[in-house]
This record gives sequence, structure tokens and C-alpha cells, in this order.
Amino acid sequence: MATGLTGYRRPDARVGIRNHVVILAVDDLSNAAVEGIGRLVPGTLAIPHAYGRLQFGEDLELTFRTLIGTGANPNVAAVVVVGIEPSWTDTVADGIALTGKPVERFSIERFGDLNTIAAAARVAAKLLQDASEIERVPVERHEIMMSIKCGESDTTSGLGACPTTSQAVDRTVGANGTVLFGETTELTGGEHLIAARCVDDEVRGKFQAFYDDYIQTIVSQGVDLLGSQPTQGNIRGGLSTIEEKAMGNIAKTGSVPVVDALAPAVAPTRQGLNFMDSSSAAAECITLMAAAGAVIHLFPTGQGNVIGNPIEPVIKLTANPLTAATMGEHIDLDVSGLLTQEYTLSEAGDRLMEVIDRTINGRLTAAEAIGHQEFVITKLYRSA
Amino acid sequence: MAEQLAFLAHRQDDAVAVAVRDVGAGPAQYASLESGTRHEIEVLEPIKLGHKVALVAITEGSPVIEYGQQVGIAKADIVVGALVHVHNIRSARWQLA
Repeated sequence: MATGLTGYRRPDARVGIRNHVVILAVDDLSNAAVEGIGRLVPGTLAIPHAYGRLQFGEDLELTFRTLIGTGANPNVAAVVVVGIEPSWTDTVADGIALTGKPVERFSIERFGDLNTIAAAARVAAKLLQDASEIERVPVERHEIMMSIKCGESDTTSGLGACPTTSQAVDRTVGANGTVLFGETTELTGGEHLIAARCVDDEVRGKFQAFYDDYIQTIVSQGVDLLGSQPTQGNIRGGLSTIEEKAMGNIAKTGSVPVVDALAPAVAPTRQGLNFMDSSSAAAECITLMAAAGAVIHLFPTGQGNVIGNPIEPVIKLTANPLTAATMGEHIDLDVSGLLTQEYTLSEAGDRLMEVIDRTINGRLTAAEAIGHQEFVITKLYRSA
Repeated sequence: MAEQLAFLAHRQDDAVAVAVRDVGAGPAQYASLESGTRHEIEVLEPIKLGHKVALVAITEGSPVIEYGQQVGIAKADIVVGALVHVHNIRSARWQLA
């Protein structure tokens, strides 16, 4: 059945809805070169970042998984990987190359920034021209992996923006699609509700372990979190406790069962709604979900979170009329009419599905249009 | 006269409801997502968009029910029509006082 949806089918058969050529830093030493390549070849997408040095163990594995997953994401047509030395550069490049997409690699030692930038820019320009000939093809909804995360929530999130997102989650999973949700600590107060929706004891056990471990990390610091979690913005908007925030958060996850619980940046293997252990910090969370392969993101906001992501289009919806009125450049869908019962939740869901479909088919989101491309690596502990 | 709705609750039995606009002191109407039936409440103080009003009296130390779940504990006695926020409720999970 033709849905009218189009996308880019990559060599590994996964479907993306954008066609980026990425210049990816392995480490912070390579940022200047990465940015230099991006300036010489302006159609490419430079992704510098703050880490990649002296990391070890699980923290290093997570950074590699995040970098590889970012390059492997179906929204990315081709990648130029730049690192300071060849070994870790190869780790990242080889990981991305498993997808079958074009990957080139450069390392700076024994060449210097300027030679690296010149050589990589020549290659990047060719990759960009090749990518520009890749055509969109008809695709099915279930092939478009979706991620969800709410941010700068307030009480309007739980009343409007999150329930509207639930409509999209249920309809996407109903069409055999896959959706990722996370924000582990922000389930506090409602984690029993998520546990009850896990499909079996194995998934429930994995979920509970992720949750308990994350909470133990937080609680062991012995600090009062009010003002950090919930945030000052949450409180200003009327949210009073983490439990109240959690209930609003969970209101976006639909009514469908939780089919798996994943470690950070791990790609889902099961169709349906998947939990991913993740920070509640928006840029970190979406970076992890994009690394897992999500190609479109739904972001209910209350007070007005403004972040985007370099490779995953972020759709912002709000039910707060003040936010919609004062921060319109950041908002893709205003559902504040739900507060005054102007239309039904189902109708709000229809409006969101329309925004989703237009975004899939190429319409830039507000965040894409004004250049929000926050890429933040999750760190598990200090570097050596 | 169709008066503008002031507060929306999640469940009919919730102890609190959320202001859907800036609300002044005085009589105001609320409804829940479960039912369109409107009820009246006497609001005791100005309550801004997004902030909560007590629909029932909540004694200090009692659970605060919203979404049909416990979302906190009252840290002072709260009367009907009062603003409910961080000054008079706290997290049961993450705050000691």
C-alpha cells in the first residue's frame, strides 16, 4: 500500500530520511581539521566533539559505539573520519564501513592539520557530489525508526504534548514500526508502570537493573537534586516533583508493550517500543538514540527546549500557549488547544502525523532550519 | 454563559489540577481529561498558567495524588483553592524535607 512516504535506502537496506555527508572527529585534537574540512566543503556536516582521549573500559566502548553509530545512521550517506592517530581512527571507520556506505579515514600525526584538511576535503567533495545523486524511493512507515524524548517539560507536557506524542507512538508501532524511549531517572515515580508493560520477565529484569543502577549512581552522591532534576525550567513552568515529571514523561510512551531494554547507543533488534538506558539531558539522549539508528525524533516540550541533532531531525511540539507564542521559531506543532479542549487528542495526533510525514519526506524541522545541531557524548566516568 | 475553563485535571479523583491560563482569585471552573463535566472551585490566590490548584484539602504528610498516582507528599496543610508547588509539596522519592 502506497503511504506517500519516501526515503533513502542505504546499502545495508536500512532507510534514512536525510542524506548527510559527515566529517566525523574521533577525538578532540581533530576538531580543528574536521571544522576546516567542513568550511572548505560547505555542503558536508562537520561533527566535532569534546572527547575521545584517555577514555577506557565501558566509557571508551560507549564513545566508540556512539561515534560508529552516528556514522552508520541511515540518515548519513557517507563519512570522512578524522583522528589524531590511525588505530582508533580505524576502529571508528571500520565500524561504520560495515554498513557498506562509503567511508574514508585520515589521521593527523606525520601529516599535520593542513595536509590532512587538503586531502580530506578533496575526498569529501567527491563524496558529496556522489551523495547528491542518491534518489529518494518509496518506503514503508515501519522502516523509519523513531526516537522520543521530552525536555524542559512543564505541566502542559503531561496534559497535551506528551499524550499527542503517544498517539504517534501507538500508530507507528501499530504499523510494525520501532520506537526508542529512555531518560532513565525521569521515570522515577512511575517506573513500576513501565516495568508492568515489559513483555516478559527477562525484559523486565533488564529494565529494572538499568533503572536501579542509574538511581544508585545518583543517590550515592548524597545531593538534593531539586533544581537539577526537575530543572529550574520545569519548576518555573509548574512541575513540582520528579514523580510528577515522570508521570508526564510516561504519558508520551503510548500504550504499547515494552519489547526490550537496551544499553546506551545499542541498536534495537526487536520491532516495537524499546527502552534505552540514557541520560535525561536532551542532547546526550538524542545523540545516543541517533547512534542506535533512530532517524526521526519527537520532542514534546513545555517551557521550550531548543536543541536539535546534526543527523536526526527533531520535531518540537508544545501544548504551552506562552511557549508557542514567544518561541515560534523553535516549534513545529502547537497543540495548546488541548488545554482549552478546542480539539480532541486524536485530532492532535492527526496533526502530529502530518508533521511527521512531511518531515520524513524532506520538510526541515524548526531546529534544522535555524541550525541547532547539538552533539553530546555521554561520559560514564572520568578519563585516565 | 460559557465561561473559560481555568483548570484541567488528569483524573477525576486527582487532588490537584493545572491552570490552563493565568487564573485570578475567585470562582473558577475545572474539568478532567476523563470527563468533560465542569466543576466550580473558589481559587484563593492568583495561579499562573501551568501551576496547580488544590481540588481537595491535603494534610501535612499526606500523599498528593495526580494522574491517579502519588506525585509527592504535602509538607504543610493545604486547603482547597490554594496554589500547590514546591513550597508546600515535596518528592516522596528524592527529598527528605
